[in-house]
Amino acid sequence: MCVVCGCSNPDAPTAAHTHAHDHETGHAHSHDHAHAHGDLDFGANAARVSVPGMSAERAIKLEADVLGANDRIARANRAHFEAHGVAAYNLVSSPGSGKTTLLVATIEALRRRDPTLPLAVIEGDQQTSNDADRIRATGAPAIQVNTGKGCHLDAPMVAAAFDRLPLHEHVHHHDASRSLLFIENVGNLVCPALWDLGERAKVAILSVTEGEDKPLKYPDMFAAARLMVLTKTDLLPHLDFDVARCIEYARRINPGIEVLLLSARSGQGLDAWLDWLLADAACDAAPRDETAALKARIAELEARLAEREAAA
Amino acid sequence: MHEMSLAGGILRVVEDAAAREHFRRVSRLSLEAGALAGVEVHALRFALESMAPGTVLDGAAIEIDEPAGRAWCMVCAETVSIGARGDACPRCGGWQLTPTGGTELKVRELIVHDD
Repeated sequence: MCVVCGCSNPDAPTAAHTHAHDHETGHAHSHDHAHAHGDLDFGANAARVSVPGMSAERAIKLEADVLGANDRIARANRAHFEAHGVAAYNLVSSPGSGKTTLLVATIEALRRRDPTLPLAVIEGDQQTSNDADRIRATGAPAIQVNTGKGCHLDAPMVAAAFDRLPLHEHVHHHDASRSLLFIENVGNLVCPALWDLGERAKVAILSVTEGEDKPLKYPDMFAAARLMVLTKTDLLPHLDFDVARCIEYARRINPGIEVLLLSARSGQGLDAWLDWLLADAACDAAPRDETAALKARIAELEARLAEREAAA
Repeated sequence: MHEMSLAGGILRVVEDAAAREHFRRVSRLSLEAGALAGVEVHALRFALESMAPGTVLDGAAIEIDEPAGRAWCMVCAETVSIGARGDACPRCGGWQLTPTGGTELKVRELIVHDD
């Protein structure tokens, strides 16, 4: 390649110009500058006109959401889940909080309550299929997604996993009960907060063996979650964990977050968790449309205001 | 550590734009990473710089604007500035806050070259 003019083919047909200058290396050559791409646009630079001497640079305004590609697939997942009558929950926590133990206990308790309720699990971990194996041992279908070096599940991974689950074949009848899909995210209280998977809600799981200030330390996750579940509560007598303070911290970050306490080992609190899941899943469709959700919220707040004004 | 995935997302947005707008390289990439967007700006810059060689972003100057966090305080009934999630309302000291600004992560603008 000629390092002065950048042309790549010094043997190109000689129909065009010859450089008027001799290169410092001494060679002079002729070549075709049309390079066969055709169109020329001299208005594509910043000035929108040809300005000799001005480089052909231009500005492109994008204002594009970096997570836009993920969010589009997440919206498609949400619509897909809805069409199949699937209520999906994205379980997020740090490693070791007991997500899989909670899921196993949840599946067994749901079975006792309603043996016909279809349910399935998508398990996210960097490596191994240990967690999916534990879920499958309960008889529930599970797909393991290994993220490799990735620190979170994303919407395309969930789309691919859902395609392999029997829930996907579950035909939706409007009068039939819904099915439940649990997505156990990679144990990580930071990254999964940003990736929408198409779930109805993120559920943040915090075990009481961790610090009660975790909501303050990892605020993005507790801001993104609709429900916080405090687990391993059977261990509370042996710990200094301050439940009230933990809830106060979580509500500093997210004033609307709901809270449940349970022990997967003793079963205490498990019924309230099942009630929460089944009531939420039974809601016909969570407000998908943000504007409609905001309008509903405004109407609710106006009603409360009217009540207060009437009482005053 | 999700900044590597975010840098990949940014590169994808830029490469999509390159396919659409037929440019060869980017000399400046302008991003917006709000204070409440959940992004560590230093890590994002590092991830972009490590990913750039061999792509249209090779040699691009990276400019990251970090708009402050804004939130609606239910108690004060007005918009206030906050530095991070979990900060108290600077007016009333309460936490009845709903973030309304500084939550976005966007590719704003590119300066591109056709050569």
